[in-house]
Amino acid sequence: MMTFLTYLVSGVSLGSVYAIIALGYTMVYGIAKMLNFAHGDVIMVGAYISFCTTSYLHLPAWLSVVFAVAVCTALGVVIEGLAYKPLRQAGSLAVLITAIGVSYFLQNAAQLIWTSNTKVFTSVVGLPSVRLFGGRLTITGETIVTVLACLLIMAGLTFFTGGTKLGKAMRACSEDKAAAQLMGINVNATISMTFAIGSALAAVAGVLLCSSYNTLIPTAGAMPGIKAFTAAVFGGIGSIPGALLGGLLLGIIEIFASAYLSSELSLAIVFGVLIVVLLVKPSGLLGRYVPEKV
Amino acid sequence: MKKKFLALLLALAMTLALAACGGGGAAGTIKIGGIGPLTGSTAQYGIATDEGAKIAIEEINALGGLQFELNGQDDEADGEKGVNAYNNLMDWGMQILYGCTTSGSCAAVAAESFGDRVFQLTPSASSTTVTEGHDNVFQLCFTDPNQGRTAADFIKNNGLAQKVAVIYNNSDDYSTGIYQGFKAQAETVGLEIVSTTTFPEDTTTDFSAQITDAYNNGAEMIFLPIYYTPASNILIQASQKGYDFTYFGCDGLDGILTLEGFDTSLAEGVYVLTPFDTASDAALRFIEKYKAATGSEPNQFAADGYDCMYALYAACQKAGVTADMTADQVCEALIPVFTDPGFSVDGLTGSGMQWGTNGEVSKDPLIVQITNGVYVSQ
Repeated sequence: MMTFLTYLVSGVSLGSVYAIIALGYTMVYGIAKMLNFAHGDVIMVGAYISFCTTSYLHLPAWLSVVFAVAVCTALGVVIEGLAYKPLRQAGSLAVLITAIGVSYFLQNAAQLIWTSNTKVFTSVVGLPSVRLFGGRLTITGETIVTVLACLLIMAGLTFFTGGTKLGKAMRACSEDKAAAQLMGINVNATISMTFAIGSALAAVAGVLLCSSYNTLIPTAGAMPGIKAFTAAVFGGIGSIPGALLGGLLLGIIEIFASAYLSSELSLAIVFGVLIVVLLVKPSGLLGRYVPEKV
Repeated sequence: MKKKFLALLLALAMTLALAACGGGGAAGTIKIGGIGPLTGSTAQYGIATDEGAKIAIEEINALGGLQFELNGQDDEADGEKGVNAYNNLMDWGMQILYGCTTSGSCAAVAAESFGDRVFQLTPSASSTTVTEGHDNVFQLCFTDPNQGRTAADFIKNNGLAQKVAVIYNNSDDYSTGIYQGFKAQAETVGLEIVSTTTFPEDTTTDFSAQITDAYNNGAEMIFLPIYYTPASNILIQASQKGYDFTYFGCDGLDGILTLEGFDTSLAEGVYVLTPFDTASDAALRFIEKYKAATGSEPNQFAADGYDCMYALYAACQKAGVTADMTADQVCEALIPVFTDPGFSVDGLTGSGMQWGTNGEVSKDPLIVQITNGVYVSQ
């Protein structure tokens, strides 16, 4: 039983990181209708910025997170402006290929700047571990902060898209760009803002991911990015609660699969579950089915 | 096949041409081709073997007499790129092959060098697949199963632990090889393996399932026949969970203390099986030169590279190798010398190193424990 709980805690912790990354994917997809495959690499950049500010500039941990968020937000807006904006009228395939190009660009740029040598990321979380049931169940400070951050971000985003004017503008863009523009909404600015928010989330995710799992290499964001994308599709891409649910489930399935079935097959099992879900419910767990208007 | 023949012909032509040029010189220069990952995720090893060899060559060339020239090529630890590098070196006129640094690439290149009859000495490719069936390939490092057996013996004989957990990477030849040697020897000497878990290459980040399994099965020690990057994750995550294990690693763990950002206090008390005794006078001289040349501490791979050059130097002298010999003539001259029981080399990674006909080296392993951030011999 205690073992089960230990695995569950690990799964929730991993799942929360996926969920924060997936929120970024889902937001951008929901508004701009594009898959930003460079999202995972923005995570890596965020982690490197945080690493550099703490290790080289010796700034306090919280300030490094602020730095990472600021740099990634700017990076997100620049990427959007330079790479995606000129392709606004182009087909979705062109945008997708561009996103993959940006992803490779970021990975290789990081390798040039920070070299391919592994860096060990020191956790920015200062909370001690919590021991329950006489020390038989340990919940690390990183887990607690990750789960709290995930819930907070999710609540914040739900409020933002539902209760503010900017959020309404975003939803309007998501429904119908042309009509939104006729209503006086600046579509380009709204999309840029979405990228800014998505990239800020990526920075937070990067810092939390590396706080829990410590290794930092230029490709550190690639695999979590793909898994979080899976989580977003799993929960229903475009849906904010869906990203949370998808992320958590993915993390828990991954840990349980590697603990109880086979650590080599854990990824195969994760993606196998995705296929089954998509066969039964093509729009994901919480996704809305939108019929294509002809 | 045609290409290879052409490459060989060109190499031959070049060597002959060069031999003609250098005809007037004293002993001439032997062309050594080096292959290892100079970029990529294992670049640290490739650069170390390359730099270590360069230092030895500088010393050897300063002695006068037989001269060496090293041409180091990058294979990114990839077999296909390794064979490309090999072909480039053949075009260049390589007479002796030094490498590859990693086992996977080395096995691919060994198949080529065996066919072309080029003498090959690897500093660090420790898999038995490298030497199996290739009489021209020799290793300077221990084989993987040998490391595993030595580790099991040491743990048992010194009473370090009774219940041991193993976490290894089963998609990696090196890790699997050590694990198999360890498992077999553990059974023989009566060491109990209570938990065996693996991890795939891509998910080297979350080890909670593996660590928890070891803990629940009452393991006192975790045996880590893996590279230092995933090992550092295991140390950090186990300490976050509040588990207190003793760790025992093999030569792949060498480098953990120089990992940027790693809290070395976590590695306190970790046992590492490494052949490189950093306390000897020769080693201290080498470390100083290496630091001056590269600005960083040498690891065991650098010492392996250094020893390789001296082994080749000693063998070339004994076999009477001269610069005007072709690669296959050099190969046929060096093989009997290396397998001769009377031929032994003293180096940084062991004294009295000798080679068997299977290409494996015999030398004594050294086990160190990390104490106050440095290796202390056991």
